[in-house]
Amino acid sequence: MHVPHRQPQSMKRRLWVAFLVVPPIVFMSLFVVYPILSAFAYAFYDWQGLARGEFVGLKNFREVLFGATMAPVVWNAFLHNVYALVALMIVQNGGGFLLAWLLYKEPFGFRFHRVAVFVPVVLSTIIVGFLWKLFLNPNFGIVNQALYSLGLDALAKPWLGDSATALGALILANAWHFVGFPTLVYLAGMQRIPSEIIEAARLDGTTEWQLLKNIVWPLVAPSTTILFTLLFIGAFNWFEIPYVMVGLDGSPFGSTDVLGLVFYRTAFGNQSASIQNFGLGSALATLLFLFIVVFASMLTLWLRRREIQF
Amino acid sequence: MKLTRRILMGAAAGSLLFSGTAAMAQTELTFWSWRQEDRTFYQDIIKKFQAKEPGITVKFETYAPENYQTILSTALAAGRGPDVIQVRAYGNLETIATPGYLLALDKQNVPELANFPEAALAAETLRADGKVYAVPFAMQAQLVVYNKKIFKDNGVNPPKTWDELMTLAQTLKSKNVTPFANGTATAWQNETIVGGLLSSMLGKDFESDIVSGKANFTDPRFVNALAKLKDVSQYFSPNFTGVDYPSSQQLFVAGRAAMFAGGSYEVANFKNQNPTLDLGVFPAPVLKAGDQALIATYYDGGYAVNAKGDKKDAALKFVRFLATPEYGTAFTNTLKNLSPIKGIKIEDPITQDVAKLAENSMSYLMLVRFRYQEPSGSVLLQSNVQKMLAGQQTPEQAAAEINKGIATYYKPFQK
Repeated sequence: MHVPHRQPQSMKRRLWVAFLVVPPIVFMSLFVVYPILSAFAYAFYDWQGLARGEFVGLKNFREVLFGATMAPVVWNAFLHNVYALVALMIVQNGGGFLLAWLLYKEPFGFRFHRVAVFVPVVLSTIIVGFLWKLFLNPNFGIVNQALYSLGLDALAKPWLGDSATALGALILANAWHFVGFPTLVYLAGMQRIPSEIIEAARLDGTTEWQLLKNIVWPLVAPSTTILFTLLFIGAFNWFEIPYVMVGLDGSPFGSTDVLGLVFYRTAFGNQSASIQNFGLGSALATLLFLFIVVFASMLTLWLRRREIQF
Repeated sequence: MKLTRRILMGAAAGSLLFSGTAAMAQTELTFWSWRQEDRTFYQDIIKKFQAKEPGITVKFETYAPENYQTILSTALAAGRGPDVIQVRAYGNLETIATPGYLLALDKQNVPELANFPEAALAAETLRADGKVYAVPFAMQAQLVVYNKKIFKDNGVNPPKTWDELMTLAQTLKSKNVTPFANGTATAWQNETIVGGLLSSMLGKDFESDIVSGKANFTDPRFVNALAKLKDVSQYFSPNFTGVDYPSSQQLFVAGRAAMFAGGSYEVANFKNQNPTLDLGVFPAPVLKAGDQALIATYYDGGYAVNAKGDKKDAALKFVRFLATPEYGTAFTNTLKNLSPIKGIKIEDPITQDVAKLAENSMSYLMLVRFRYQEPSGSVLLQSNVQKMLAGQQTPEQAAAEINKGIATYYKPFQK
């Protein structure tokens, strides 16, 4: 028994562990846990501008979910978030999967493309938003100019001003911005697949489609889980691209409104139209937070169970 | 060695004490604003003020307009915040004044309030207690700005009636000039367009009927005016539903469009970007000759004193200075924005025109009267006009939607 002998060393070790663990815990509590809890508390009060009024219980939550003024706006925005999630799942993550497969096969110049595909991810979202806003300008934007020069005048549109195309345009801009991330994650997933599996499949004469569908796709399932979970969180927190490209109102007439924009306008006010209401804003933020936490955890658990171990 | 250090330390301590006494004689005020572009002007003003009040220094600090309200709110809520605050008006003012962050002003502590017209003071008054909380700084108007050179080259004159406007726009369009630079992609532009083009057709009576509850927004005057707007939108910039505020400004500044329906504040901005522009302004065209031509006016904001500050006396002195005709004249002539202070001397001819037009004006309705509760009249007007101009609803539907939203809280409409 050398326990007494080991005592000083374990004490040192404990100090070392504490040194590593305490600062992040303090930091997280101060800048993450405390704001979340205080937003949660704010949501139960009535607010006169910035001054906290009386305790109103669940009134703010009721207003957000069922109120005649607020609820239609919130549900409209929620549907747009759902739409964005589905569309980005297909375009951004699906596109990432295909790009990863192309890179995996190491075509000519794949090293260059592997970097190039990730470059937009590194750019600031503000820059990407402004860039796409310029591209989509109806009169001098590169998108419509290209359509005109191809003789496809009928397809040219005021993309961001047409309620039928505006949300789609934001989704494509977002996909362009972030597609490099799922590409890299899938690529890493593919490179993890033991090469003998793929070689064996090729010897058996599988088609490219069968290979992708029956071997590669199931074996990169862990990547899909993490990407879907991150996309889920991102899609419901979506703010920057819509804010930069269509403004706080979800212009035109609410057709691009998402929960992030509703939250900002409600809590902080939209200088050119509305007023501040911290209570309603906090209630919306709390609901959104709970929704994301609950669903993201359930999703992760469910998807994890469907993964194949190898 | 030690001795030198001791001498040095002594000298340092001495100079510290000395500067300490100097600072005691000086009161330093902080003054917050969102007008970074007006910094030079404010610094000049501060110098003029210091010539009168050598004991007070003023530190001018600015924040980006889109974050200003949030930063100010947070600072005031934390019990900090500047001594003198540039604040906005109407509903936005109430957010800050209601919790008691601002010092109430009256004829005792600021006798210069007598220099202001009633409507200007009303903009900085809290409805709940009827007290004034800031010294107003600028009157803005929604009207039509036009490019004189383009008008002259095409042999046309500013229109008086709506029919003249339509003919003029057609003439310009047939000569390949974009009649209006306006676009509707930026939501709030829809409200400025309504103010600039429809005020004369709505009329002062419509405003008083809305206030008294004799009429609501389904009134034929409002619906018909919206129909006219839909009609004239064919002369807006190409693909106007996708043209945002900066793009429409650029179109006008580049001299590629003849008119811009919007704020009087645009004029100085346009001239800064292109000094060769020769600009004029005219009020919203009237329905039939003989009707009163109106512009839509409102007040931008004011200068307020922090109620929790410990230098209120000095702050009041500075705010009183910002309420003198001397200041109003400098403000108007330097910033080309019309000060509401009576008895100022205006040099700039366009600002003179705006001041003259302002003698016949109605309120910029939604901002002045309906931006206190949600859904605000501005939110409703902006999105429903945007939808109507995109061809997705009729003027009747737009008017009904606007009315329905306001009726949820506006008592006179609930009868």
